[in-house]
Amino acid sequence: MSKSEGAEVVLRLDRISKSFGALKANDSVSLTLRRGEVVALLGENGAGKTTLMNILFGHYVADDGEVEVFGQPLPPGNPRAALAAGVGMVHQHFTLAGNLTVLENIRLGTEHLWARRHPDARGKVERLSRDFGLSVHPDAKVCRLSVGERQRVEILKALYRDARILILDEPTAVLTPQESEALFATLRKATGLGLSVIFISHKLHEVMAIADRCIVLRHGRVVGEVDTHATDKGALAAMMVGGELSLPRAEARAPGKVLMQLDSVTTPDHGAVPGLKQVSLALRAGQITGLAGVSGNGQAALAEVIAGLALPSAGTLSLHDARITDWSPRVALSNGVGRIPEDRHHQGSIGDFDLTENAVLEAYRTRFSRRGWMNWRAARAFAQEIIAGYDVRCPGPETRIRLLSGGNMQKLILGRAMASGPDIILANQPVRGLDVGAIAYVQGQLIAARDRGAAVLLISEDLDEIMGLSDVIHVISQGRLSPGFARGSMSAADLGLWMAGQKFEGADAA
Amino acid sequence: MTEIIDILISASFWAAVIRIASPLILATMGELICERAGVLNLGIEGIMVIGAFTGWMAVYQGMPLWGGVAVAMLAGMLFGLLHSTLTVPFGLSQHVVGLGVTLFATAAASFAYRLMLPEVTSPPKIQPFQPLDIPVLSDLPWLGQALFSQTALTWAAFAVAGIVAFTLYRTPLGLAVRAVGENPAAVEAQGLSVTGLRMGAVMVGSGLMAVGGAFLTLSAFSSFFFEMVNGRGWICIALVVFGAWKPGKAVLGAILFAAFDALQIRLQQTSMGAVLPYQLFLALPFILSILALILMSRRAEVPAALMVPYNKGER
Repeated sequence: MSKSEGAEVVLRLDRISKSFGALKANDSVSLTLRRGEVVALLGENGAGKTTLMNILFGHYVADDGEVEVFGQPLPPGNPRAALAAGVGMVHQHFTLAGNLTVLENIRLGTEHLWARRHPDARGKVERLSRDFGLSVHPDAKVCRLSVGERQRVEILKALYRDARILILDEPTAVLTPQESEALFATLRKATGLGLSVIFISHKLHEVMAIADRCIVLRHGRVVGEVDTHATDKGALAAMMVGGELSLPRAEARAPGKVLMQLDSVTTPDHGAVPGLKQVSLALRAGQITGLAGVSGNGQAALAEVIAGLALPSAGTLSLHDARITDWSPRVALSNGVGRIPEDRHHQGSIGDFDLTENAVLEAYRTRFSRRGWMNWRAARAFAQEIIAGYDVRCPGPETRIRLLSGGNMQKLILGRAMASGPDIILANQPVRGLDVGAIAYVQGQLIAARDRGAAVLLISEDLDEIMGLSDVIHVISQGRLSPGFARGSMSAADLGLWMAGQKFEGADAA
Repeated sequence: MTEIIDILISASFWAAVIRIASPLILATMGELICERAGVLNLGIEGIMVIGAFTGWMAVYQGMPLWGGVAVAMLAGMLFGLLHSTLTVPFGLSQHVVGLGVTLFATAAASFAYRLMLPEVTSPPKIQPFQPLDIPVLSDLPWLGQALFSQTALTWAAFAVAGIVAFTLYRTPLGLAVRAVGENPAAVEAQGLSVTGLRMGAVMVGSGLMAVGGAFLTLSAFSSFFFEMVNGRGWICIALVVFGAWKPGKAVLGAILFAAFDALQIRLQQTSMGAVLPYQLFLALPFILSILALILMSRRAEVPAALMVPYNKGER
């Protein structure tokens, strides 16, 4: 029994269907939401969660089906009507204007265009941020806010418009664990005050923590609806992917010889972001080296040095026991360094290029051109090979990569990095933002690369991922690197102390 | 050196500065509105030609001066409608459309001129706006001549700058315009129309550009020549950048440019003018503008969605 069973139904979606071309994004999806309830909408990327919510909010028009809010039918394709009916949406990609202040963003669209300013806007925003625990300065410019603060502005925007139904699309994808906790506290306050929440996610532990009820979508259809306390993570995961699925775990192996060695490498600080401080690190064949740490502690600097994007200001780099003097991304590539960049949209791909062009970005000068002419036939065949070999779901190699989901984009980048059989693989946040199926796939590929003798450096902020995959774990904090810890020798709590930087002081003194 | 100081303290120099700055201010405000909404309007040069021509022709055909201004504004808005229809709902390249509008507008003015005045060898003159005599202020020594003996259209230019600044920063409409140039998705999510706001901004902006053009025929000169706009539109695009997309700073930029322009004309008549080639003086305002642009625009916040068409529902 859900805690709000019998409470007033505030939202009813009735047999919603929507197709994009041949793709059925939503197939007769029905859903009810009651007052004071948190319903999780669970599903892999591409299951149709966001499409459904965009229909509810009026960004898309459904092909079939009806939406009722507080018993009144909602006219389709009209965000204004949805807002007026009390539906507030916090999009996955924030819809804030960075050049405006918090207060201006909140006021945007709430007043008649020619009217003077709403006199008590500030008071209302301050009251709401107090009541819901959403602290953010009303006069701060949005471009100067952290991601967590921006999300609070998005929620305030909805509350300011007297939303009674809050839709949050993957709200925790960009938050730290602490920020997620704060968000959950806010949502509990909101439901306590009679609001209802639809929480879209593919993170099972969060769904278990916050939702009263779960609705699972797969391939655009509702495949299950369960009360959260009557189920567990395993059952939900199985429902999401349509079968049992376990994340790969790497078994221990004897390490091989050192392929790349960093000795006392130091890089300059960039403002508040620390550079590397005397970092020594050995990457061994047949080993996954995990790098744990809170984001912004020097991970980027280390990745840049290994990829050839930055040179150390002090210290040395050696490859196969030979000291490197001339180091650049091109030299790194030709020496067998494969890269999965941290930001697949900006560093990993060119959005308006098609899959073929993106697939050959790293090798177009060598493998796919002759005497200055591109060999597009070979390039297309190569793209096809990656698409087939790495299960990239797409209409074809002519598709612009920006139209792919994150998981499929990452698979193409993975395939591109693996194509040359690299000895050293730099995997920077390889599964961030991906769904369960794609995570298992990418991690499995990293393990397979290790098993054929590659040295893998796995940089991640997710301790579970680090602990599950790594043969040896280093922690980075303020640009300093901890000693390597063998698999299973450290608990998450121990690593947490290193991540917080406390253990370094002890080590320095010793 | 003393010659330059003599120029700078003469009242007629400052009167010229204000007069030269006026059309620049009008057109710069027009461009600024377009760009704040996320649309680069390279049609500005041609729209100024259209404004200069239609305003002058309307007055020549017997309309009052303010009627000429209104006709110019309407003609500008019509070209703004053309520009924004192509760039906003159709999402075409703003560079290509803008240059196309400039070519089309310039050619249309030329065509209409030949059609309406087939027999004329030199363009007929009209009676332009006269300097207003403002009680007390115009009679002040030095200041009266330097700042307060201007035509009504000059006063209008400065008033427009004030209205644009007030609207952008003090009204919900201005808020929406600033937001649509920064992140159209934010505007859409709040239930406002991205298309409506952007098209509206381009039309109003183009109307102001045309009035800037009409200033040349109705206030500065008394007739129409094809070369009279002479790159002022492009200068205004630079002034928007110079002003970091802020109306106040853009007005200062326009005055600065006008000052250099007024200065170079006067320098040509000094002893320096006898030594140095006159082309050097003509280039002076542009060289100094480039320098000022480099210095001023370093920390400018460009509207993030400038030149990015908004396609609803696209990733």
